[in-house]
Amino acid sequence: MSEPIIRIQDLKKIYRTGDVDVAALRGVSLDVAKGDFVSIVGPSGSGKSTLFHILGGLAAPTSGSIFIDGEDLMALSDSGRTNLRRRKVGFVFQKYNLLPTLTAMGNIEMARYFSENAAPLDQGFGALLTRLGIQDRLDHKPRAMSGGEQQRVAIARALVNQPAILLADEPTGNLDTENSEKVLGVLRDLNERLGQTILMITHNPEAAAYGHRTVHMRDGRIVRES
Amino acid sequence: MINRLVLENLKHRKLRTALSALSIGFQVTMILSVVGLSQGMLNDSINRAKGVGADIWVKPPGASVIGLSGASMPQKVLRFFQAQPHITHAVGTVIQPYAGISSVSGIDYKEFVGLSGNFRFLQGGPFQTQDELIVDQWYAEQSKARVGDMVTILNHKWRICGVVEPGKLGRLFVPMARLQELTNNQDKLSQILLKVDDPKNTQSIIANLKKIEELDGYSIYSIEEFVSMFSFNNVPGLRAFIWVIIGLSIVIGFLVVSLTMYTTVLERTREIGILKALGASPVNILNILVRETALLAIAGWLAGIVISFGANWAINHFVHSNLQSEITPDWWPTTFAIAMAASLLGAVYPGLRAARLDAIEALSYE
Repeated sequence: MSEPIIRIQDLKKIYRTGDVDVAALRGVSLDVAKGDFVSIVGPSGSGKSTLFHILGGLAAPTSGSIFIDGEDLMALSDSGRTNLRRRKVGFVFQKYNLLPTLTAMGNIEMARYFSENAAPLDQGFGALLTRLGIQDRLDHKPRAMSGGEQQRVAIARALVNQPAILLADEPTGNLDTENSEKVLGVLRDLNERLGQTILMITHNPEAAAYGHRTVHMRDGRIVRES
Repeated sequence: MINRLVLENLKHRKLRTALSALSIGFQVTMILSVVGLSQGMLNDSINRAKGVGADIWVKPPGASVIGLSGASMPQKVLRFFQAQPHITHAVGTVIQPYAGISSVSGIDYKEFVGLSGNFRFLQGGPFQTQDELIVDQWYAEQSKARVGDMVTILNHKWRICGVVEPGKLGRLFVPMARLQELTNNQDKLSQILLKVDDPKNTQSIIANLKKIEELDGYSIYSIEEFVSMFSFNNVPGLRAFIWVIIGLSIVIGFLVVSLTMYTTVLERTREIGILKALGASPVNILNILVRETALLAIAGWLAGIVISFGANWAINHFVHSNLQSEITPDWWPTTFAIAMAASLLGAVYPGLRAARLDAIEALSYE
Protein backbone atom coordinates (compact mmCIF):
# COMPACT_ATOMS: atom_id res chain seq x y z
CA MET A 1 0.00 0.00 0.00
CA SER A 2 1.28 3.47 -0.95
CA GLU A 3 1.67 6.29 1.59
CA PRO A 4 -1.82 6.96 3.00
CA ILE A 5 -3.43 10.28 2.03
CA ILE A 6 -4.89 10.45 5.55
CA ARG A 7 -2.87 9.21 8.52
CA ILE A 8 -4.40 9.56 11.97
CA GLN A 9 -2.65 8.33 15.12
CA ASP A 10 -4.17 8.40 18.61
CA LEU A 11 -6.26 11.48 17.80
CA LYS A 12 -8.04 13.07 20.74
CA LYS A 13 -10.42 15.97 20.88
CA ILE A 14 -11.63 17.43 24.13
CA TYR A 15 -14.30 20.14 24.22
CA ARG A 16 -14.66 22.32 27.25
CA THR A 17 -18.25 23.17 28.06
CA GLY A 18 -18.32 25.45 31.08
CA ASP A 19 -16.04 23.83 33.64
CA VAL A 20 -16.47 20.35 32.23
CA ASP A 21 -14.18 18.66 29.72
CA VAL A 22 -15.98 16.45 27.23
CA ALA A 23 -13.91 13.95 25.29
CA ALA A 24 -15.35 13.69 21.78
CA LEU A 25 -12.48 11.62 20.38
CA ARG A 26 -10.59 9.32 22.72
CA GLY A 27 -7.68 8.09 20.61
CA VAL A 28 -8.64 7.47 17.02
CA SER A 29 -6.15 5.90 14.63
CA LEU A 30 -7.00 5.50 10.97
CA ASP A 31 -5.16 5.30 7.66
CA VAL A 32 -6.92 6.07 4.40
CA ALA A 33 -5.21 5.33 1.12
CA LYS A 34 -5.47 7.63 -1.87
CA GLY A 35 -8.50 6.61 -3.89
CA ASP A 36 -10.20 4.91 -0.97
CA PHE A 37 -13.94 5.30 -0.28
CA VAL A 38 -14.48 4.96 3.46
CA SER A 39 -17.85 5.00 5.18
CA ILE A 40 -17.91 6.04 8.82
CA VAL A 41 -20.89 4.88 10.81
CA GLY A 42 -21.86 5.15 14.41
CA PRO A 43 -24.60 6.36 16.72
CA SER A 44 -25.05 9.98 17.74
CA GLY A 45 -22.24 11.07 20.04
CA SER A 46 -19.84 8.47 18.68
CA GLY A 47 -17.43 11.17 17.52
CA LYS A 48 -17.84 10.75 13.77
CA SER A 49 -18.89 14.38 13.25
CA THR A 50 -15.96 15.59 15.35
CA LEU A 51 -13.63 13.50 13.21
CA PHE A 52 -15.29 15.01 10.11
CA HIS A 53 -14.76 18.55 11.44
CA ILE A 54 -11.11 17.93 12.29
CA LEU A 55 -10.40 16.30 8.92
CA GLY A 56 -12.05 19.27 7.23
CA GLY A 57 -10.03 21.83 9.16
CA LEU A 58 -13.16 23.21 10.83
CA ALA A 59 -11.90 22.30 14.32
CA ALA A 60 -8.45 21.91 15.84
CA PRO A 61 -7.41 18.55 17.31
CA THR A 62 -6.38 18.40 20.96
CA SER A 63 -3.62 15.75 20.74
CA GLY A 64 -2.32 12.93 18.61
CA SER A 65 -1.21 13.28 15.05
CA ILE A 66 -3.15 13.78 11.86
CA PHE A 67 -1.79 14.26 8.35
CA ILE A 68 -3.74 14.96 5.18
CA ASP A 69 -1.83 14.72 1.93
CA GLY A 70 1.38 15.27 3.88
CA GLU A 71 0.07 18.30 5.79
CA ASP A 72 0.38 18.12 9.57
CA LEU A 73 -2.95 19.39 10.95
CA MET A 74 -1.58 19.56 14.49
CA ALA A 75 0.79 22.30 13.37
CA LEU A 76 -1.83 24.39 11.57
CA SER A 77 -3.03 27.75 12.83
CA ASP A 78 -6.53 29.08 12.08
CA SER A 79 -5.30 30.55 8.81
CA GLY A 80 -3.52 27.28 8.02
CA ARG A 81 -6.79 25.41 8.46
CA THR A 82 -8.50 28.00 6.23
CA ASN A 83 -5.93 27.21 3.53
CA LEU A 84 -6.52 23.49 4.06
CA ARG A 85 -10.25 23.99 3.40
CA ARG A 86 -9.46 26.00 0.30
CA ARG A 87 -7.16 23.48 -1.36
CA LYS A 88 -7.25 20.00 0.11
CA VAL A 89 -10.79 19.37 1.31
CA GLY A 90 -14.18 19.43 -0.32
CA PHE A 91 -17.38 19.29 1.76
CA VAL A 92 -20.76 17.79 1.00
CA PHE A 93 -23.33 18.38 3.74
CA GLN A 94 -26.63 16.76 4.60
CA LYS A 95 -28.48 20.05 4.06
CA TYR A 96 -26.62 20.81 0.81
CA ASN A 97 -25.51 24.19 2.18
CA LEU A 98 -25.57 26.06 -1.09
CA LEU A 99 -25.43 29.84 -0.89
CA PRO A 100 -29.09 30.75 -1.59
CA THR A 101 -28.41 34.06 -3.30
CA LEU A 102 -26.08 32.61 -5.93
CA THR A 103 -26.82 30.35 -8.87
CA ALA A 104 -25.42 26.82 -9.04
CA MET A 105 -22.50 28.11 -11.08
CA GLY A 106 -22.07 31.03 -8.68
CA ASN A 107 -21.73 28.55 -5.83
CA ILE A 108 -19.12 26.59 -7.75
CA GLU A 109 -17.22 29.75 -8.70
CA MET A 110 -17.24 30.94 -5.10
CA ALA A 111 -15.32 27.85 -4.02
CA ARG A 112 -12.95 28.45 -6.93
CA TYR A 113 -12.52 32.09 -5.87
CA PHE A 114 -11.47 31.24 -2.32
CA SER A 115 -8.93 28.70 -3.59
CA GLU A 116 -7.36 31.61 -5.53
CA ASN A 117 -7.37 29.48 -8.65
CA ALA A 118 -7.82 31.93 -11.49
CA ALA A 119 -7.54 29.35 -14.27
CA PRO A 120 -10.73 28.77 -16.27
CA LEU A 121 -12.64 25.58 -15.57
CA ASP A 122 -11.22 22.79 -17.70
CA GLN A 123 -12.98 20.27 -19.93
CA GLY A 124 -12.64 17.65 -17.24
CA PHE A 125 -14.83 19.68 -14.93
CA GLY A 126 -17.32 20.19 -17.74
CA ALA A 127 -17.46 16.42 -18.11
CA LEU A 128 -17.99 16.08 -14.38
CA LEU A 129 -20.97 18.46 -14.56
CA THR A 130 -22.40 16.33 -17.34
CA ARG A 131 -21.85 13.20 -15.30
CA LEU A 132 -23.61 14.86 -12.36
CA GLY A 133 -26.49 15.78 -14.68
CA ILE A 134 -26.56 19.45 -13.68
CA GLN A 135 -25.09 21.08 -16.79
CA ASP A 136 -28.52 22.50 -17.67
CA ARG A 137 -29.19 23.73 -14.13
CA LEU A 138 -26.15 25.93 -13.64
CA ASP A 139 -28.04 29.21 -14.04
CA HIS A 140 -30.63 28.27 -11.46
CA LYS A 141 -30.63 29.31 -7.85
CA PRO A 142 -30.97 26.63 -5.16
CA ARG A 143 -34.64 27.40 -4.51
CA ALA A 144 -35.42 26.42 -8.11
CA MET A 145 -33.71 23.03 -7.81
CA SER A 146 -34.75 19.73 -6.28
CA GLY A 147 -32.88 18.34 -3.27
CA GLY A 148 -31.08 15.83 -5.45
CA GLU A 149 -29.98 18.54 -7.87
CA GLN A 150 -28.81 20.74 -5.03
CA GLN A 151 -26.76 17.92 -3.60
CA ARG A 152 -25.16 17.22 -6.97
CA VAL A 153 -24.30 20.92 -7.28
CA ALA A 154 -22.77 20.69 -3.80
CA ILE A 155 -20.67 17.74 -5.00
CA ALA A 156 -19.52 19.73 -8.05
CA ARG A 157 -18.65 22.66 -5.78
CA ALA A 158 -16.71 20.35 -3.45
CA LEU A 159 -14.69 18.95 -6.34
CA VAL A 160 -14.00 22.11 -8.34
CA ASN A 161 -10.64 22.64 -6.67
CA GLN A 162 -9.64 18.96 -7.09
CA PRO A 163 -9.31 18.37 -3.35
CA ALA A 164 -7.24 15.58 -1.88
CA ILE A 165 -10.28 14.30 0.01
CA LEU A 166 -14.02 14.69 -0.31
CA LEU A 167 -15.82 14.73 3.03
CA ALA A 168 -19.50 13.88 2.86
CA ASP A 169 -21.62 14.25 5.99
CA GLU A 170 -24.87 12.28 5.63
CA PRO A 171 -25.10 13.29 1.95
CA THR A 172 -28.36 11.40 1.48
CA GLY A 173 -29.92 12.33 4.81
CA ASN A 174 -32.41 14.76 3.24
CA LEU A 175 -33.08 12.84 0.03
CA ASP A 176 -35.67 10.32 -1.03
CA THR A 177 -34.60 6.84 -2.06
CA GLU A 178 -34.32 7.60 -5.77
CA ASN A 179 -32.22 10.70 -5.28
CA SER A 180 -30.17 8.99 -2.57
CA GLU A 181 -29.24 6.25 -5.01
CA LYS A 182 -28.33 8.83 -7.64
CA VAL A 183 -26.07 10.75 -5.28
CA LEU A 184 -24.41 7.64 -3.89
CA GLY A 185 -23.96 6.36 -7.44
CA VAL A 186 -22.29 9.64 -8.37
CA LEU A 187 -19.94 9.38 -5.38
CA ARG A 188 -18.96 5.83 -6.25
CA ASP A 189 -18.53 6.82 -9.88
CA LEU A 190 -16.26 9.70 -8.91
CA ASN A 191 -14.26 7.37 -6.74
CA GLU A 192 -13.93 4.69 -9.39
CA ARG A 193 -13.37 6.88 -12.47
CA LEU A 194 -11.36 9.73 -10.98
CA GLY A 195 -9.81 7.99 -8.02
CA GLN A 196 -11.31 10.61 -5.71
CA THR A 197 -10.68 9.79 -2.04
CA ILE A 198 -13.99 9.96 -0.17
CA LEU A 199 -14.91 9.78 3.52
CA MET A 200 -18.63 9.55 4.07
CA ILE A 201 -20.45 9.75 7.38
CA THR A 202 -23.79 7.98 7.37
CA HIS A 203 -26.37 6.35 9.58
CA ASN A 204 -27.67 4.30 6.70
CA PRO A 205 -26.11 0.82 6.29
CA GLU A 206 -27.20 0.71 2.64
CA ALA A 207 -25.40 3.98 1.98
CA ALA A 208 -22.34 2.76 3.91
CA ALA A 209 -22.20 -0.27 1.63
CA TYR A 210 -21.23 1.99 -1.28
CA GLY A 211 -17.80 2.45 0.33
CA HIS A 212 -14.85 0.09 0.05
CA ARG A 213 -14.75 -0.25 3.78
CA THR A 214 -16.80 0.85 6.75
CA VAL A 215 -15.37 2.22 9.98
CA HIS A 216 -17.63 1.82 13.03
CA MET A 217 -17.30 4.40 15.80
CA ARG A 218 -18.65 4.45 19.32
CA ASP A 219 -17.86 6.68 22.32
CA GLY A 220 -15.09 8.53 20.54
CA ARG A 221 -13.25 5.45 19.34
CA ILE A 222 -13.09 3.22 16.28
CA VAL A 223 -14.50 -0.08 17.47
CA ARG A 224 -14.56 -2.05 14.28
CA GLU A 225 -13.81 -2.03 10.57
CA SER A 226 -15.59 -4.05 7.94
CA MET B 1 -16.94 37.12 -7.42
CA ILE B 2 -17.26 38.78 -4.02
CA ASN B 3 -18.95 41.77 -5.64
CA ARG B 4 -21.46 39.45 -7.31
CA LEU B 5 -22.20 37.83 -3.95
CA VAL B 6 -22.60 41.23 -2.32
CA LEU B 7 -24.99 42.43 -5.04
CA GLU B 8 -27.01 39.24 -4.92
CA ASN B 9 -27.21 39.47 -1.13
CA LEU B 10 -28.53 43.02 -1.35
CA LYS B 11 -31.00 42.06 -4.09
CA HIS B 12 -32.14 39.04 -2.08
CA ARG B 13 -33.61 41.27 0.63
CA LYS B 14 -34.86 44.12 -1.52
CA LEU B 15 -37.15 45.72 1.06
CA ARG B 16 -34.54 45.72 3.80
CA THR B 17 -31.93 47.05 1.40
CA ALA B 18 -34.28 49.81 0.25
CA LEU B 19 -35.28 50.77 3.79
CA SER B 20 -31.67 50.82 4.97
CA ALA B 21 -30.59 52.94 2.01
CA LEU B 22 -33.52 55.29 2.59
CA SER B 23 -32.60 55.63 6.26
CA ILE B 24 -29.08 56.61 5.29
CA GLY B 25 -30.60 58.83 2.62
CA PHE B 26 -32.68 60.77 5.12
CA GLN B 27 -29.58 61.38 7.22
CA VAL B 28 -27.93 62.88 4.12
CA THR B 29 -31.08 64.86 3.33
CA MET B 30 -31.19 66.20 6.87
CA ILE B 31 -27.72 67.68 6.51
CA LEU B 32 -28.26 68.95 2.96
CA SER B 33 -31.58 70.54 3.91
CA VAL B 34 -30.18 72.36 6.93
CA VAL B 35 -27.21 73.61 4.94
CA GLY B 36 -29.41 74.42 1.94
CA LEU B 37 -31.81 76.35 4.15
CA SER B 38 -29.01 78.24 5.87
CA GLN B 39 -27.35 79.11 2.60
CA GLY B 40 -30.65 79.91 0.91
CA MET B 41 -31.78 82.26 3.65
CA LEU B 42 -28.41 83.97 3.86
CA ASN B 43 -28.30 84.44 0.08
CA ASP B 44 -31.85 85.75 0.09
CA SER B 45 -30.83 88.30 2.73
CA ILE B 46 -27.82 89.27 0.61
CA ASN B 47 -29.99 89.67 -2.50
CA ARG B 48 -32.50 91.81 -0.63
CA ALA B 49 -29.73 93.96 0.86
CA LYS B 50 -28.13 94.45 -2.56
CA GLY B 51 -31.53 95.10 -4.10
CA VAL B 52 -31.96 98.24 -2.01
CA GLY B 53 -29.25 100.01 -3.99
CA ALA B 54 -27.60 101.70 -0.99
CA ASP B 55 -23.81 102.07 -0.93
CA ILE B 56 -23.48 102.37 2.86
CA TRP B 57 -25.48 100.82 5.72
CA VAL B 58 -25.51 102.40 9.15
CA LYS B 59 -26.60 100.41 12.20
CA PRO B 60 -27.07 101.82 15.70
CA PRO B 61 -24.61 100.96 18.48
CA GLY B 62 -24.99 97.40 19.68
CA ALA B 63 -27.20 96.26 16.78
CA SER B 64 -26.54 92.95 15.12
CA VAL B 65 -25.94 92.94 11.39
CA ILE B 66 -28.08 89.89 10.80
CA GLY B 67 -30.32 89.63 13.81
CA LEU B 68 -33.70 91.28 13.85
CA SER B 69 -33.90 94.18 16.23
CA GLY B 70 -36.32 97.04 16.72
CA ALA B 71 -35.71 100.72 16.16
CA SER B 72 -33.20 102.33 18.51
CA MET B 73 -31.52 105.07 16.49
CA PRO B 74 -32.78 108.65 16.82
CA GLN B 75 -34.40 109.78 13.59
CA LYS B 76 -32.69 113.15 13.83
CA VAL B 77 -29.40 111.43 12.94
CA LEU B 78 -30.83 111.16 9.47
CA ARG B 79 -30.52 114.90 8.97
CA PHE B 80 -26.89 114.71 10.09
CA PHE B 81 -26.08 112.13 7.40
CA GLN B 82 -28.03 114.06 4.77
CA ALA B 83 -25.77 117.00 5.46
CA GLN B 84 -22.53 115.08 4.92
CA PRO B 85 -20.54 115.67 1.72
CA HIS B 86 -20.84 113.15 -1.19
CA ILE B 87 -24.01 111.64 0.27
CA THR B 88 -26.89 112.02 -2.16
CA HIS B 89 -29.54 110.03 -0.27
CA ALA B 90 -29.94 109.15 3.41
CA VAL B 91 -33.00 107.03 4.10
CA GLY B 92 -34.08 105.63 7.43
CA THR B 93 -36.06 102.42 7.83
CA VAL B 94 -37.66 100.62 10.73
CA ILE B 95 -37.46 96.83 10.85
CA GLN B 96 -39.92 95.27 13.23
CA PRO B 97 -39.75 91.52 13.90
CA TYR B 98 -43.01 89.62 14.28
CA ALA B 99 -44.11 85.98 14.28
CA GLY B 100 -40.72 84.39 14.80
CA ILE B 101 -38.30 85.05 11.97
CA SER B 102 -40.56 87.31 9.92
CA SER B 103 -40.29 91.06 9.89
CA VAL B 104 -42.10 94.08 8.53
CA SER B 105 -40.22 97.08 7.15
CA GLY B 106 -41.36 100.60 7.80
CA ILE B 107 -40.38 102.94 4.96
CA ASP B 108 -40.94 106.48 3.91
CA TYR B 109 -42.17 105.46 0.45
CA LYS B 110 -41.01 108.55 -1.43
CA GLU B 111 -37.58 108.63 0.20
CA PHE B 112 -37.09 104.89 -0.19
CA VAL B 113 -37.89 104.74 -3.92
CA GLY B 114 -35.77 107.85 -4.35
CA LEU B 115 -32.79 105.83 -3.17
CA SER B 116 -33.75 102.41 -4.40
CA GLY B 117 -35.74 103.08 -7.53
CA ASN B 118 -39.38 102.25 -7.98
CA PHE B 119 -40.87 98.98 -6.85
CA ARG B 120 -42.01 96.77 -9.73
CA PHE B 121 -45.68 96.32 -8.94
CA LEU B 122 -47.30 93.09 -10.08
CA GLN B 123 -50.63 94.20 -8.63
CA GLY B 124 -51.88 97.46 -7.15
CA GLY B 125 -49.64 100.42 -6.32
CA PRO B 126 -48.03 102.55 -3.58
CA PHE B 127 -49.57 103.40 -0.19
CA GLN B 128 -52.63 105.64 -0.37
CA THR B 129 -53.21 105.66 3.40
CA GLN B 130 -51.13 105.05 6.52
CA ASP B 131 -52.76 101.64 7.09
CA GLU B 132 -51.77 99.96 3.87
CA LEU B 133 -49.32 97.21 3.23
CA ILE B 134 -47.14 96.34 0.26
CA VAL B 135 -46.17 92.66 0.06
CA ASP B 136 -43.73 90.88 -2.20
CA GLN B 137 -44.68 88.13 -4.64
CA TRP B 138 -43.39 85.26 -2.44
CA TYR B 139 -45.47 86.39 0.51
CA ALA B 140 -48.52 86.86 -1.74
CA GLU B 141 -48.15 83.39 -3.25
CA GLN B 142 -47.56 81.65 0.07
CA SER B 143 -50.38 83.48 1.82
CA LYS B 144 -52.62 83.52 -1.26
CA ALA B 145 -52.95 87.24 -0.63
CA ARG B 146 -54.27 89.77 -3.17
CA VAL B 147 -54.64 93.51 -3.32
CA GLY B 148 -57.57 94.58 -1.18
CA ASP B 149 -57.18 91.75 1.33
CA MET B 150 -56.91 92.69 4.99
CA VAL B 151 -53.96 91.33 6.99
CA THR B 152 -53.41 91.59 10.73
CA ILE B 153 -49.81 92.27 11.71
CA LEU B 154 -48.70 93.56 15.12
CA ASN B 155 -52.37 93.54 16.19
CA HIS B 156 -53.17 96.04 13.49
CA LYS B 157 -55.30 95.55 10.39
CA TRP B 158 -53.58 96.49 7.16
CA ARG B 159 -55.06 96.57 3.67
CA ILE B 160 -52.82 95.16 0.97
CA CYS B 161 -52.36 97.92 -1.60
CA GLY B 162 -49.69 96.37 -3.79
CA VAL B 163 -47.80 93.20 -4.68
CA VAL B 164 -44.21 93.77 -5.81
CA GLU B 165 -41.37 91.71 -7.20
CA PRO B 166 -39.19 90.31 -4.41
CA GLY B 167 -35.60 91.38 -3.79
CA LYS B 168 -35.74 94.73 -1.98
CA LEU B 169 -35.02 95.00 1.73
CA GLY B 170 -37.96 92.93 3.03
CA ARG B 171 -41.18 91.15 2.17
CA LEU B 172 -43.70 93.43 3.87
CA PHE B 173 -43.63 97.21 3.76
CA VAL B 174 -45.78 99.63 5.70
CA PRO B 175 -45.59 103.39 6.16
CA MET B 176 -42.76 104.08 8.61
CA ALA B 177 -44.61 106.62 10.72
CA ARG B 178 -47.49 104.19 11.42
CA LEU B 179 -45.06 101.41 12.31
CA GLN B 180 -43.13 103.72 14.67
CA GLU B 181 -46.41 104.69 16.30
CA LEU B 182 -47.62 101.08 16.66
CA THR B 183 -44.35 99.97 18.21
CA ASN B 184 -43.88 103.04 20.41
CA ASN B 185 -40.75 103.95 18.50
CA GLN B 186 -41.69 107.44 17.45
CA ASP B 187 -38.67 109.18 15.91
CA LYS B 188 -36.58 106.03 16.09
CA LEU B 189 -34.94 104.15 13.22
CA SER B 190 -33.48 100.64 12.87
CA GLN B 191 -30.98 101.51 10.17
CA ILE B 192 -29.96 104.20 7.75
CA LEU B 193 -29.20 103.55 4.10
CA LEU B 194 -26.85 105.93 2.31
CA LYS B 195 -26.23 106.46 -1.36
CA VAL B 196 -23.10 108.31 -2.42
CA ASP B 197 -22.36 110.44 -5.44
CA ASP B 198 -19.64 108.07 -6.71
CA PRO B 199 -19.33 104.51 -5.38
CA LYS B 200 -15.55 104.79 -5.79
CA ASN B 201 -15.61 107.23 -2.86
CA THR B 202 -17.44 104.83 -0.56
CA GLN B 203 -14.42 103.77 1.53
CA SER B 204 -13.13 107.31 2.01
CA ILE B 205 -16.62 108.50 2.97
CA ILE B 206 -16.90 105.67 5.52
CA ALA B 207 -13.46 106.54 6.89
CA ASN B 208 -14.51 110.16 7.33
CA LEU B 209 -17.81 109.19 8.98
CA LYS B 210 -16.00 106.96 11.44
CA LYS B 211 -13.83 109.86 12.52
CA ILE B 212 -16.89 111.83 13.66
CA GLU B 213 -17.12 111.73 17.43
CA GLU B 214 -20.93 111.80 17.53
CA LEU B 215 -21.04 108.60 15.50
CA ASP B 216 -18.85 106.71 17.92
CA GLY B 217 -20.25 103.20 18.36
CA TYR B 218 -22.31 103.26 15.15
CA SER B 219 -21.62 100.43 12.73
CA ILE B 220 -20.96 101.78 9.25
CA TYR B 221 -20.49 99.33 6.42
CA SER B 222 -20.08 99.47 2.68
CA ILE B 223 -22.58 97.22 0.93
CA GLU B 224 -19.73 94.77 0.18
CA GLU B 225 -18.75 94.61 3.87
CA PHE B 226 -22.38 94.37 4.88
CA VAL B 227 -23.27 91.39 2.67
CA SER B 228 -19.97 89.63 3.46
CA MET B 229 -21.26 89.31 7.02
CA PHE B 230 -24.14 87.13 5.89
CA SER B 231 -22.17 83.95 6.38
CA PHE B 232 -22.40 80.80 8.52
CA ASN B 233 -19.84 82.24 10.90
CA ASN B 234 -21.78 85.45 11.57
CA VAL B 235 -25.11 83.87 12.40
CA PRO B 236 -24.96 83.12 16.11
CA GLY B 237 -25.08 79.37 16.73
CA LEU B 238 -25.62 78.41 13.08
CA ARG B 239 -22.33 76.57 12.67
CA ALA B 240 -22.86 74.81 16.01
CA PHE B 241 -26.40 73.92 14.91
CA ILE B 242 -25.09 72.39 11.68
CA TRP B 243 -22.52 70.41 13.66
CA VAL B 244 -25.28 69.14 15.93
CA ILE B 245 -27.27 68.02 12.88
CA ILE B 246 -24.16 66.31 11.45
CA GLY B 247 -23.55 64.61 14.80
CA LEU B 248 -27.14 63.41 14.97
CA SER B 249 -26.89 62.17 11.39
CA ILE B 250 -23.80 60.16 12.19
CA VAL B 251 -25.50 58.60 15.21
CA ILE B 252 -28.64 57.78 13.19
CA GLY B 253 -26.59 56.33 10.32
CA PHE B 254 -24.50 54.33 12.76
CA LEU B 255 -27.57 52.90 14.50
CA VAL B 256 -29.41 52.10 11.27
CA VAL B 257 -26.47 50.31 9.68
CA SER B 258 -25.51 48.63 12.92
CA LEU B 259 -29.01 47.20 13.30
CA THR B 260 -29.25 46.25 9.63
CA MET B 261 -25.90 44.50 9.61
CA TYR B 262 -26.51 42.85 12.94
CA THR B 263 -29.75 41.30 11.70
CA THR B 264 -28.02 40.45 8.43
CA VAL B 265 -25.32 38.54 10.26
CA LEU B 266 -27.87 36.75 12.42
CA GLU B 267 -29.96 35.83 9.41
CA ARG B 268 -26.96 34.71 7.40
CA THR B 269 -25.14 32.86 10.14
CA ARG B 270 -25.46 29.61 8.23
CA GLU B 271 -24.24 31.22 5.01
CA ILE B 272 -21.24 32.58 6.84
CA GLY B 273 -20.55 29.02 8.00
CA ILE B 274 -20.80 27.82 4.39
CA LEU B 275 -18.38 30.49 3.25
CA LYS B 276 -15.95 29.47 5.97
CA ALA B 277 -16.25 25.83 4.92
CA LEU B 278 -15.41 26.92 1.39
CA GLY B 279 -12.25 28.54 2.67
CA ALA B 280 -13.30 32.10 3.48
CA SER B 281 -11.02 33.71 6.05
CA PRO B 282 -12.30 36.13 8.71
CA VAL B 283 -10.93 38.94 6.54
CA ASN B 284 -12.97 37.63 3.58
CA ILE B 285 -16.14 37.64 5.70
CA LEU B 286 -15.45 41.14 6.99
CA ASN B 287 -14.70 42.24 3.45
CA ILE B 288 -18.10 41.01 2.24
CA LEU B 289 -19.96 42.90 4.97
CA VAL B 290 -17.90 46.04 4.47
CA ARG B 291 -18.66 46.00 0.75
CA GLU B 292 -22.36 45.52 1.43
CA THR B 293 -22.26 48.41 3.86
CA ALA B 294 -20.36 50.62 1.43
CA LEU B 295 -22.91 49.89 -1.30
CA LEU B 296 -25.75 50.69 1.09
CA ALA B 297 -24.02 53.95 2.00
CA ILE B 298 -23.54 54.90 -1.66
CA ALA B 299 -27.15 54.03 -2.49
CA GLY B 300 -28.32 55.94 0.59
CA TRP B 301 -26.19 58.93 -0.29
CA LEU B 302 -27.60 59.07 -3.82
CA ALA B 303 -31.12 58.67 -2.42
CA GLY B 304 -30.38 61.46 0.05
CA ILE B 305 -29.36 63.82 -2.74
CA VAL B 306 -32.51 63.00 -4.72
CA ILE B 307 -34.68 63.51 -1.62
CA SER B 308 -32.92 66.80 -0.89
CA PHE B 309 -34.05 68.06 -4.32
CA GLY B 310 -37.60 67.19 -3.28
CA ALA B 311 -37.20 68.90 0.09
CA ASN B 312 -35.71 71.95 -1.62
CA TRP B 313 -38.64 72.13 -4.06
CA ALA B 314 -41.18 71.69 -1.26
CA ILE B 315 -39.65 74.45 0.88
CA ASN B 316 -39.40 76.88 -2.01
CA HIS B 317 -42.87 75.98 -3.25
CA PHE B 318 -44.89 75.97 -0.05
CA VAL B 319 -43.10 78.30 2.39
CA HIS B 320 -40.98 80.43 0.12
CA SER B 321 -41.82 83.59 1.99
CA ASN B 322 -40.55 82.32 5.35
CA LEU B 323 -37.84 79.90 4.26
CA GLN B 324 -35.55 79.84 1.26
CA SER B 325 -33.60 76.76 0.33
CA GLU B 326 -30.79 76.09 -2.12
CA ILE B 327 -29.23 72.97 -3.56
CA THR B 328 -25.69 72.76 -2.19
CA PRO B 329 -23.55 70.49 -4.38
CA ASP B 330 -20.42 71.65 -2.55
CA TRP B 331 -21.71 69.71 0.48
CA TRP B 332 -22.27 66.45 -1.44
CA PRO B 333 -18.71 65.17 -0.88
CA THR B 334 -19.00 66.00 2.84
CA THR B 335 -22.30 64.13 3.18
CA PHE B 336 -20.78 61.21 1.25
CA ALA B 337 -17.94 61.05 3.76
CA ILE B 338 -20.39 61.33 6.68
CA ALA B 339 -22.73 58.62 5.32
CA MET B 340 -19.82 56.31 4.56
CA ALA B 341 -18.09 56.87 7.91
CA ALA B 342 -21.28 56.40 9.94
CA SER B 343 -22.20 53.28 7.97
CA LEU B 344 -18.77 51.69 8.23
CA LEU B 345 -18.70 52.45 11.95
CA GLY B 346 -22.08 50.77 12.24
CA ALA B 347 -20.76 47.70 10.41
CA VAL B 348 -17.73 47.24 12.66
CA TYR B 349 -19.34 45.22 15.44
CA PRO B 350 -21.60 43.02 13.27
CA GLY B 351 -18.69 42.52 10.86
CA LEU B 352 -16.27 41.44 13.58
CA ARG B 353 -18.93 39.21 15.07
CA ALA B 354 -19.44 37.53 11.70
CA ALA B 355 -15.70 37.19 11.10
CA ARG B 356 -15.25 35.51 14.49
CA LEU B 357 -18.16 33.09 14.12
CA ASP B 358 -17.22 29.49 14.71
CA ALA B 359 -17.69 27.65 11.41
CA ILE B 360 -19.17 24.52 13.01
CA GLU B 361 -21.68 26.46 15.11
CA ALA B 362 -22.55 28.63 12.12
CA LEU B 363 -23.16 25.58 9.92
CA SER B 364 -25.51 24.07 12.49
CA TYR B 365 -27.44 27.35 12.90
CA GLU B 366 -31.14 26.96 12.06
